Amino acid sequence: MSKAVSELNGARYAGLAEVADAGLRGMITLRGDLDSAVLKSAVQAATGAGMPGIGRISVAADGAVAWMSPDELLLLVPYEEAGAKLAALQAALAGEHALAVNVSDARTYLRLSGEGAREVLAKVSPVDLDPAAFGPGQFRRSRLAQVAGAFWMEEDGSFGIICFRSVGEYVFKLLKTAAHPQSKVGVY
Amino acid sequence: MSTRLAKHGRLIDRSKQIDFTFNGKTMKGYAGDTLASALLANGQVMMGRSFKYHRPRGVVASGAEEPNALMQLGTGDRYEPNQRATTTELFSGLQAQSQNHWPSLEFDVLSINNKLSRFLTAGFYYKMFIHPRPLWKHVYEPIIRKSAGLGAAPDAELKDADTYEHFYFFADVLVIGGGVAGLQAAKAAAASGAKVLVLEQNSYWGGRAPVDGGTIDGEAPEAWIEKTLAELRAMDNVTLRDRCMGSGVYDHGYALGYERLTDHAPGQGGPRHRLWRIRASQIVTATGAIERPLSFAGNDVPGVMLAGAMRDYVVNWGVKPGERVVVATNNDDAYRTALVLHDAGVEVVRVVDTRETGGGALMEAVREKGIRVELGRAIAKVKDGKSVTEVAICAQNGEGGAREIVQADAVAMSGGWSPVVHLWSHCGGKLIWDEVTASFRPDPERPPLGDKGQGFVVPAGAANGEFGLAALLEDAAVAGAKAAEAAGFPATTVAAAKGESVAEAQMEAVWLMPAKADVKLRMKSWLDYQNDVKVSDVQLAAREGYESVEHTKRYTTLGMATDQGKLSNINGLAILADSLNAEIPQVGTTTFRPPYHPISLGAIAGEARGEIFQPIRKTPMYDWHDRNGADWEPVGQWRRPFAYLRDGEDRHAAVNREVKNTRENLGLLDASTLGKLIVKGPDAGKFLDMMYTNMMSTLKIGKCRYGLMCSENGFLMDDGVVARIDEDTWLCHTTTGGAEHIHGWMEEWLQTEWWDWKVYVANVTEQYAQIAVVGPNARKVLEKLNAQAGGGMDVSREALPFMEWRDGQIGGFDARAYRISFSGELSYEIAVAASEGQAFWDALMEAGKEFGVMPYGTETLHILRAEKGFIMIGDETDGTVIPQDLGLNWALSKKKEDYLGKRAQQRSHMVDPDRWQLVGLETVDGSVLPDGAYAVGEGVNANGQRNMIGRVTSTYHSATLGRGIAMGLVKHGPKRMGEVIEFPGTDGKTYKAKIVDPVFYDKEGEKQNV
Amino acid sequence: MLILECPYCGVKAEETELAAGGEAHLKRYGPGSSDDEFHDYLFMRENPKGVHFERWRHANGCGKWFHAARCTMTLEVFGTYPAQTTEPPQEICDKITAKRPGWSWREFSDGRKSSAA
Repeated sequence: MSKAVSELNGARYAGLAEVADAGLRGMITLRGDLDSAVLKSAVQAATGAGMPGIGRISVAADGAVAWMSPDELLLLVPYEEAGAKLAALQAALAGEHALAVNVSDARTYLRLSGEGAREVLAKVSPVDLDPAAFGPGQFRRSRLAQVAGAFWMEEDGSFGIICFRSVGEYVFKLLKTAAHPQSKVGVY
Repeated sequence: MSTRLAKHGRLIDRSKQIDFTFNGKTMKGYAGDTLASALLANGQVMMGRSFKYHRPRGVVASGAEEPNALMQLGTGDRYEPNQRATTTELFSGLQAQSQNHWPSLEFDVLSINNKLSRFLTAGFYYKMFIHPRPLWKHVYEPIIRKSAGLGAAPDAELKDADTYEHFYFFADVLVIGGGVAGLQAAKAAAASGAKVLVLEQNSYWGGRAPVDGGTIDGEAPEAWIEKTLAELRAMDNVTLRDRCMGSGVYDHGYALGYERLTDHAPGQGGPRHRLWRIRASQIVTATGAIERPLSFAGNDVPGVMLAGAMRDYVVNWGVKPGERVVVATNNDDAYRTALVLHDAGVEVVRVVDTRETGGGALMEAVREKGIRVELGRAIAKVKDGKSVTEVAICAQNGEGGAREIVQADAVAMSGGWSPVVHLWSHCGGKLIWDEVTASFRPDPERPPLGDKGQGFVVPAGAANGEFGLAALLEDAAVAGAKAAEAAGFPATTVAAAKGESVAEAQMEAVWLMPAKADVKLRMKSWLDYQNDVKVSDVQLAAREGYESVEHTKRYTTLGMATDQGKLSNINGLAILADSLNAEIPQVGTTTFRPPYHPISLGAIAGEARGEIFQPIRKTPMYDWHDRNGADWEPVGQWRRPFAYLRDGEDRHAAVNREVKNTRENLGLLDASTLGKLIVKGPDAGKFLDMMYTNMMSTLKIGKCRYGLMCSENGFLMDDGVVARIDEDTWLCHTTTGGAEHIHGWMEEWLQTEWWDWKVYVANVTEQYAQIAVVGPNARKVLEKLNAQAGGGMDVSREALPFMEWRDGQIGGFDARAYRISFSGELSYEIAVAASEGQAFWDALMEAGKEFGVMPYGTETLHILRAEKGFIMIGDETDGTVIPQDLGLNWALSKKKEDYLGKRAQQRSHMVDPDRWQLVGLETVDGSVLPDGAYAVGEGVNANGQRNMIGRVTSTYHSATLGRGIAMGLVKHGPKRMGEVIEFPGTDGKTYKAKIVDPVFYDKEGEKQNV
Repeated sequence: MLILECPYCGVKAEETELAAGGEAHLKRYGPGSSDDEFHDYLFMRENPKGVHFERWRHANGCGKWFHAARCTMTLEVFGTYPAQTTEPPQEICDKITAKRPGWSWREFSDGRKSSAA
């Protein structure tokens, strides 16, 4: 896989929180009837994770499933396996009205971690990031300043953040600015 | 003269002396001073010149309501004009300059305007400058620009050196104001468990209470404030922010907080201001009250101050305003100032009380100190000058005949207190007139309404018209509890702290001092200091027929700009009401608009500056382009290379080179920005037949078709090549700017009109790097790559014919190749995974060397397509053009009953044979037609203008043909082939062009089909 | 700045996460319709002071279109509901009736669909 390079190519910055390129991640957009048993088991097979509830992400060992909309999931799988997982998924869904497509290269995937992570994200997204309002397992599509993005919280309190690849650099710089060491808000 | 006192000054730290400069002169202050208090401590009473008349002005207030003491602060990239001295905390090295004067504060040439004031009345500009017109630009405007305005604008070439940020925060209850009412309300709200955010604009908590005295729970207010703050700080559900002003209240509980992080400590690092973007279920406005000036002649002479402000300067900052002070009042509160002054060793020459019956216990206390109190009296006039010297005293109920003239160097005035209703009013909260305090207060029956129709703002304390410690604390406790309950928390009762303060006698509404002041006095009685509006101006406006308060505001400028009526509102309304013989409530107030107090543009912009001013979308090969001479062109938020400049080349030379090379050898175009949408499902064909004017359902698997999309108005909105991937899957290319829009457009129809159709759409634009490999050597380079990789996709004419696509490997890369051409050359558009885009591009560049490979940019793309007569969305179309105008009837399916835009294209105007139609244009002399030029025909229109018969839509120098070529829309164009028409240019020349076929190059299309 | 609850994902979205989409419950007229019908479909829109039905898209979110019934005067939101309907659901109409007795909007009024009244 030497030819493939993530948009941010390993960039990282440590300030109030650490902002880092989380590297290449296999991603599959799956649209279909989320109540379908066939779809559910295909998703489980591809990711090892069960169906997430509305606005949530369900995480397994090396896969995850995020709820994107009432008829759309985002499957996270190892980058190298995306093609095979997609093929298996398409085979399993052959009789269903569904659309599965590889979007692994369409996105930039970042990790925001450390004590200041909530505050840093709260500077760029109009979302309540109070621990009482946003915790591990929640998945939110919203706005990162001027671009669309989505984020979720891992069990360790860090955030996974995804945005379109073309604006990956913008989002990295945005988070870096928000993580300026002397810009602590001090509420979370 | 004002000086520093040896005692008092609860907010200053006398052990920390600070040097600062004012107009270049070094002065000393203490930590905790504001710029205003420090200037007064240095004897600097005069702090600026007024807006219109350039009258000397001193500080009037002690807080955000200050209209006069506006300063230019800092230098260079940290310079900022119009900053209030009263809200500027002193720091070491602060550099302040007074403004609106030339050459100096002491001697200002334009103070001549003061002498001309009788000519500069309300509406002066409207009346004066209507005629004659030519004078406006060359005479009036330069003079006005020189004389009006506040501070000087920052240097346009300098960038603000500071940074700013936003912060989104959600609260159940937002309390605006950290005075005793705000703290009490916060305590009550927090007791219910609600998440509470408290904002205080100052660096200190407690508001006016420590200055005004009284006791809370039997202690001095300061003790209660400290105790309450400690309690609130200990609560997990409470956030306290000082130096953070609640600046505006907006729809559905949205509010802005303006936090000043480093204004008081520059060089500390980090953002200067933070804009809190708050969403609150309920908002408590505990914003206190502002004292009203009295309208007497000379009420703007430096040294005339609000009585409460004068008290603040003594108590908070240990500054006395003068040696001999006259206090003028219509209420008991100003007597507190007399007592404080007396205690500080200042001689209180007179207390002039308009009330015939005088005041209560506070007046008695003043008299006990031996201070002379005159009842039923008024100030007739303060003698004009740069400071107070003489005060003429008269009967309030007279015309101003002086009974007595006293020597004094400062005047304290109090016209009563008005609740700060701004934040209550920002989002529609209504007001009622309170006779007792002669002020508007929030009408509890008509609050601003939230998303459920519920009131979402609760006023508390003085902001609710409750004065007196006991009443305001009780009111605040109720307000806090009410807000928490309304936010969904269980009702709790927190006993209000018990406040005790001296009972006060009834105030008297005084709108003009003296009541029958003659016109000469009224012309010197200021209502709005900041905008230089006098009593006589409002009266004149009323005489000229201005009855609406909103009209009067605009005509006279009363309460406009940064003042927002803080000092001027009630006094101005009262004068207007009196002039109209109406009651004040009938006249009503003007609209209070956010921000409450000016906030920096930097705070509004937040982080959006420099590199992240706006998102710039980059393709996977962006960095390569940048390293290889890309002259960037913005295409929406994308950046695309316009051309790749080589050493010594200008744009034109680079473009000509790229065009020729692509036609003759091999060109590479980064086409990754083109939108790519997957459309899949049993009804996908039917759906695409509705989306496109063409028939897409019949497209064979493995083939491509160029398609047009129209809006329901029939106008062209997008185009692109559609590929049939499998039985129920299509891939639709859109224009560069169209990906998100067309994706949204498809979703809109699927979700809101044909929701029973089984179709899914996914936007995969950014999944791929797409590279157009173009030119006679295109196939050779791909075959070479495949040979190097030991095999790959067969790209021969037979295996991959024109307008077909194949999946496979090229040069070892997983790729999808489309045989499509937007240039007229042999062309492959090849999509690979975005993450491998750069590697694939590198491989093409390396393998292409022997075939003369060169990258080309968007300008070459345009020229190549124009030479072929291909239209470009946004050039040939502008939202008023239908496919029929462009000779694209072949792309309009006749078989389909319906498609988006079909019905509209049958409307009478759309089938008008006079519609302008696409033709090619060739200048007679080979020059390039000006872009957008119009062609003129015979005769004139109803307005006497020459009739227009067409316009240029695309125009280029064709390197291939060595001449200018263009496309345009011309009336009856296709029927006028060979005719020469005229295009007057904006350069004064007239260009002649022959109407020709729009396909200039390879009319048979042989080159792309090899 | 408005907040509207997306009926699909339950997010109380603020205006910057949403895209406004104009009047709700338009009936599409295509080929075969009269000039007047088509003209009205393209151009004629309600502009009420009071109860109004609009389309919104949760653009910076789940991407779904939904409808909002709200008051253009007070900005009160009576309810939001999925876009896959040609008329306001009864439950929404009832909510409006409770708050704004006597309301009417296009062919809808007081919770009932009126026949050309």
